[in-house]
Amino acid sequence: MKDFWKRFQYNRGAVIGLFILALVVLAAILAPVVFPQSPWKMVQRPFLAPFEYTGLPLGTDALGRDVLSGLFHGAYVSLLVGLVSTIVALAIGVPVGAMAGYFAGRTDDALMRFTEFFQTIPSFALAIVLLAIFQPSLTFVIIAIAVVSWPPVARLVRGEVLSLRTREFVEAATLSGLGNTQIILRHVLPNALPPIIVLASLMVAQAILLESSLSFLGLGDPNVMSWGYMIGAARTVIRTAWWLSFLPGMAILLTVLALNLIGEGLNDALNPRLTRKSE
Amino acid sequence: MLRPIKFAAAALALALAGPLAAQDGTPQAGGTLNVVIQPEPPGLMIGLIQNGPTQMVAGDIYESLLRYDHELKPSPQLAKSWEISEDGLTYTFTLQDGVTFHDGEPFTSADVKFSVDVFLRESHSRMRTYLTHVESIETPDDMTVVFKLKQPFGPFIGIFEPGTAPMIPKHIYEGTDFASNEANNTPIGTGPFKFDKWEKGSFIHLVKNENYYMEGKPYLDEIYYHVIPDAASRAVAYETGKVDVLPGGSIENFEVPRVRDMENTCITDKGWEFFGPLSWMWVNSNNKPLDDVNVRKAIMHAVDREFAKSALWNDLGKVATGPVSSSTRFYAGDTPDITYNPEEAKKLLAESSYDGETIRILGLPYGETWTRWAEAVKQNLAEIGMNAELVPADVAGWNQKISDRDFDLAFTYLYQYGDPALGVSRTYLGDNAEPGSPWNNVSNYQNPEVDAMWNEAALMANPEDRKAAYKKIQDQIVSDVPNIWLLELGFPTIYRCNVKNPVSTALGVNDGFRDTWIAKE
Repeated sequence: MKDFWKRFQYNRGAVIGLFILALVVLAAILAPVVFPQSPWKMVQRPFLAPFEYTGLPLGTDALGRDVLSGLFHGAYVSLLVGLVSTIVALAIGVPVGAMAGYFAGRTDDALMRFTEFFQTIPSFALAIVLLAIFQPSLTFVIIAIAVVSWPPVARLVRGEVLSLRTREFVEAATLSGLGNTQIILRHVLPNALPPIIVLASLMVAQAILLESSLSFLGLGDPNVMSWGYMIGAARTVIRTAWWLSFLPGMAILLTVLALNLIGEGLNDALNPRLTRKSE
Repeated sequence: MLRPIKFAAAALALALAGPLAAQDGTPQAGGTLNVVIQPEPPGLMIGLIQNGPTQMVAGDIYESLLRYDHELKPSPQLAKSWEISEDGLTYTFTLQDGVTFHDGEPFTSADVKFSVDVFLRESHSRMRTYLTHVESIETPDDMTVVFKLKQPFGPFIGIFEPGTAPMIPKHIYEGTDFASNEANNTPIGTGPFKFDKWEKGSFIHLVKNENYYMEGKPYLDEIYYHVIPDAASRAVAYETGKVDVLPGGSIENFEVPRVRDMENTCITDKGWEFFGPLSWMWVNSNNKPLDDVNVRKAIMHAVDREFAKSALWNDLGKVATGPVSSSTRFYAGDTPDITYNPEEAKKLLAESSYDGETIRILGLPYGETWTRWAEAVKQNLAEIGMNAELVPADVAGWNQKISDRDFDLAFTYLYQYGDPALGVSRTYLGDNAEPGSPWNNVSNYQNPEVDAMWNEAALMANPEDRKAAYKKIQDQIVSDVPNIWLLELGFPTIYRCNVKNPVSTALGVNDGFRDTWIAKE
């Protein structure tokens, strides 16, 4: 663990990323404390510019809602969607990939053809179709994002498992009479974990972007204040109140950047053999 | 905000300068008017198609017997005078002299009878309903038409506008299949402008009718209606000078302030008095707890309509006071109070049967303004302690949900056509509440007393009696709160200030540019 942290620290970008993410997490946790009122509450007259009115440091939007409150509550929604949809995607992708890689042969063929079916449809288009069929509630947004983002996980896990299954320790486990499930769970997957963790951190970022794009198009949950919604709603007034789209846009940019930096840092820390020479 | 005031001051100065220089000065002939048309109409034959964009163009080509000013008072158009008998059963119209269709054929009483009795009876569903009151149409001579009614029908004098009763050339349509007549592509009417060319997807070109029967009119040489499918591009087309008139609804509300504040730009929300677009939320009284009048009253007092007007509608339009728009005949302003009052709303809610149920709000899928409005209403309800959630829907889904009565509150707006019997009663009559239509009594408001009053009021001969009857109806409906009335929508017409008189009647730009002229430098 100490080693891990040391190697992670080597990547300065990753530390900065971690710092930004910590701020976003803090904002999400503190949102209900700092802004106990709903972010939808119309608190002042519309279109107050940032710093124009004390108490509303980032001003108000088209309906006079507090922009800062929206950013805080939006952080919670973005992180929730990012994390939960990634967990769901892992829950689909890891078993599929593990089974395909471990059993190989026909199972592999069947599972991979199934995976490719999802991979051949552009993920964003598929998400839109799913949300057009179902009611766009937060649950369905999460499900839609998970459904379009699990195939890369399955491919990655399959590759890892394929290379691990012929190793001696797996053969040893087979000889000692362990069942397939036990071998996969206890011996194969733990060794495939590092690349999965790296991928997962990037998937969270992807999911946040997807959720924002969907909300921007008006396909998000209309009852939830998210960054994508804020940009979508402000897009129409961009010529008169550019900051209404700029601020949540920056929030998305920084969060996604932070997650990508962290992913890179994790990669360095977890795959020490691949580490670039740090400066 | 400065410019309109300055303009008003200038106009006042002009008006004071001399009686001849009326508000807009002396008309000058000549010039080309460029107007946005949105969306592109499916056709221009107004007798067959009655949607907004069709009427905007066809209003220049076709005419009806009358015209209506902003107070809905009739004035001469194809009829130079008219008379209504004491018992309200006989309407006698005397036609203008020397009127010809664009192909040179004279316009006579036979055309009126053909248009109303044959063509419109077959092809115009709204007109057909009105005609059930008509016993016979007689043409004693070429210049006189007599309508005999079965019973008095007060709204009758209000139906002679080009969208409801356009005058159609008998010599072209008689004995043909109206819908497939070749002439539908080159419409021929009596109006101030003639059809010239329609470049599909690009523009419709009309030219001056040189033989128009009104001395000196029209003033314009030609009109181009430009088809520009994207709202942002329409605003840009005005900014770059490609078009001079943006009819109501052609650009998004949030762009209005920016365009309005441009040089030489005037704005008016007049010209919608005939349609009287009134917005409200349907309240599904089939669902608990919305069957409780106190819940409905609480919602009514909770919704901040002044705020919506200023934040979303650029302060245009009016806060509605009840089911009848103030521009409609027999509007009663002194109905029970339904103004914004969250304290009163909380009190009413406490006394009601509301028990924390989640109210589903269905917004109108007509763009950002309506989405924001639904969000604001949801927040208004939250403030008095009601749980509400927004239900997203596209246009098809919205129609479906309203038809199936699958909502608690749902935004809508409807036209009133100048008379409560034409445009209001359909929303409140108890026997007009069958699910399956999004335009009838969707709330399922049932009050047999009000039903009886509606039916009586429509058939009263004396306008004074009707006025009293409608006052009673409005009082009763407002105290029952079957719907949450929102705003009398203000659809602004934006135009260059040197375009004079673009809106001169209760139908606005839909009534043709007969009186419009362009002031030269």
